[in-house]
Amino acid sequence: MLELLLQALVPLGLTLKVSLTATAGACVLGVGAGYALSRRSLPLRELLDSICTLPLVLPPTVMGYYLLVLFGRRGVLGIWLQETFDFTLVFTWQGAALAACVVAFPLVCKAARTAFEGVDPNLEHAARSLGAGEGRVFLRVTLPLAWRGVLSGTMLALARAMGEFGATLMIAGNLPGRTQTLSLAVYDAAQAGRDNEALFLVIITSLVCITLLLASGKFLKLSPQP
Amino acid sequence: MRRMRLVLGTLALTLLLAVPAHAEEIVVSAAASLTNAFDAVKQSFEATHPGVKVVTNYGASGALLKQMEAGAPVDVFASADQKTMDQAASKGLISAPTRKDFVRNAVVLVVPADSKTPIKSEKDLANAAFKRISLGNPETVPAGRYTQEFLTATGMWTTLQPKFIMGNNVRQVLDYVTRGEVDAAFVFATDAKNAGAKVRVILEAKTKTPALYPVAVTANCKKPAAKAFVDFLHSNEGQRILGTFGFQKP
Repeated sequence: MLELLLQALVPLGLTLKVSLTATAGACVLGVGAGYALSRRSLPLRELLDSICTLPLVLPPTVMGYYLLVLFGRRGVLGIWLQETFDFTLVFTWQGAALAACVVAFPLVCKAARTAFEGVDPNLEHAARSLGAGEGRVFLRVTLPLAWRGVLSGTMLALARAMGEFGATLMIAGNLPGRTQTLSLAVYDAAQAGRDNEALFLVIITSLVCITLLLASGKFLKLSPQP
Repeated sequence: MRRMRLVLGTLALTLLLAVPAHAEEIVVSAAASLTNAFDAVKQSFEATHPGVKVVTNYGASGALLKQMEAGAPVDVFASADQKTMDQAASKGLISAPTRKDFVRNAVVLVVPADSKTPIKSEKDLANAAFKRISLGNPETVPAGRYTQEFLTATGMWTTLQPKFIMGNNVRQVLDYVTRGEVDAAFVFATDAKNAGAKVRVILEAKTKTPALYPVAVTANCKKPAAKAFVDFLHSNEGQRILGTFGFQKP
């Protein structure tokens, strides 16, 4: 039992590291994209919106394949990363984080767009008329008013990032201790017939997810109401 | 209501049409290294056995065994090693009298075709220029198990271990090396042949355990077509097709 627990700690730690990094990235990008998409003046708005939603709809393996082709050792961006930073994403935890970030991004983006669209433009105008710059209006008026929507999108993104499997397997592989997150560890244990381990990992994963959901529910209640 | 009946009627009719009355379907679970060869065998077999449909299911031999243990409806099982088939036999999953070796393969060390690092033997893999070496996960992938045996015998297993990128089946390993994501890989000779000019074969990883592939009809299968498929693999025509993919006679 204790041995199983210790074995589970490595993929658990890795899962948290990967999913938190991915969620942070998805949050920043998603809020930015969601805000841009909520502006009526944006050209080709609905087309851009569909493109931003694509990772949610496409099978994760398709996303993984795109990432592999782009960031692989022979991919355009992969070669650039290699030459500029002597760094490669394939088979690294950063690669896993990128994969999880891409699939989690639409969840923040969608929620943020809806939340931003719900903000009364008169309040933004009022701030502007009082002399606030665009950056200040965004940080002091728009974002605080849209906060709850952004937060719930981020929580969903975290849950999605934790469960990511397909795209991760394609770009980061399934390397124990390096890129093997909980979902991959479950797959590996089940395939190799280590049933006790698989069952244990499944229970751990479920417990972590329930804790997360409970915590996020509480967190959302505590956050300031608009 | 009338519309509903029409919809349901059409649905039932489509379902009936989708299942031709006399077609016999057999499910063949085969080692990932057999992928292209069995696709060709299936075509030839279906052409000579009208009314029989072969459904192929490829994967790491160990993973296929797990599926069968879990009750997957499989009629023929072909693994890339004896160990997996022995496990299937000891669990009563296969019909022992139908088991017979049908091809032989070899494990080879390959590098991407455009690799510039000089390499003559497996000892050179210790060179820092080889950052990533891919092999099948020995737990489930026979090719990985042979590789482990080879590298342990040559005393390189522990030295090279930090560089290992384990694949879930031998075709994934092959994909890694053809894309240049890894600097070297251990795959079957037939996989290397399949990749053609994309990889360069350095040496054969000779092991005491020969890479003999057994095939058997599963324990509960009562379909005559399953037995016919296994016989076809042993026949001259079956062996000829397998030979074109680089498989040797057992």
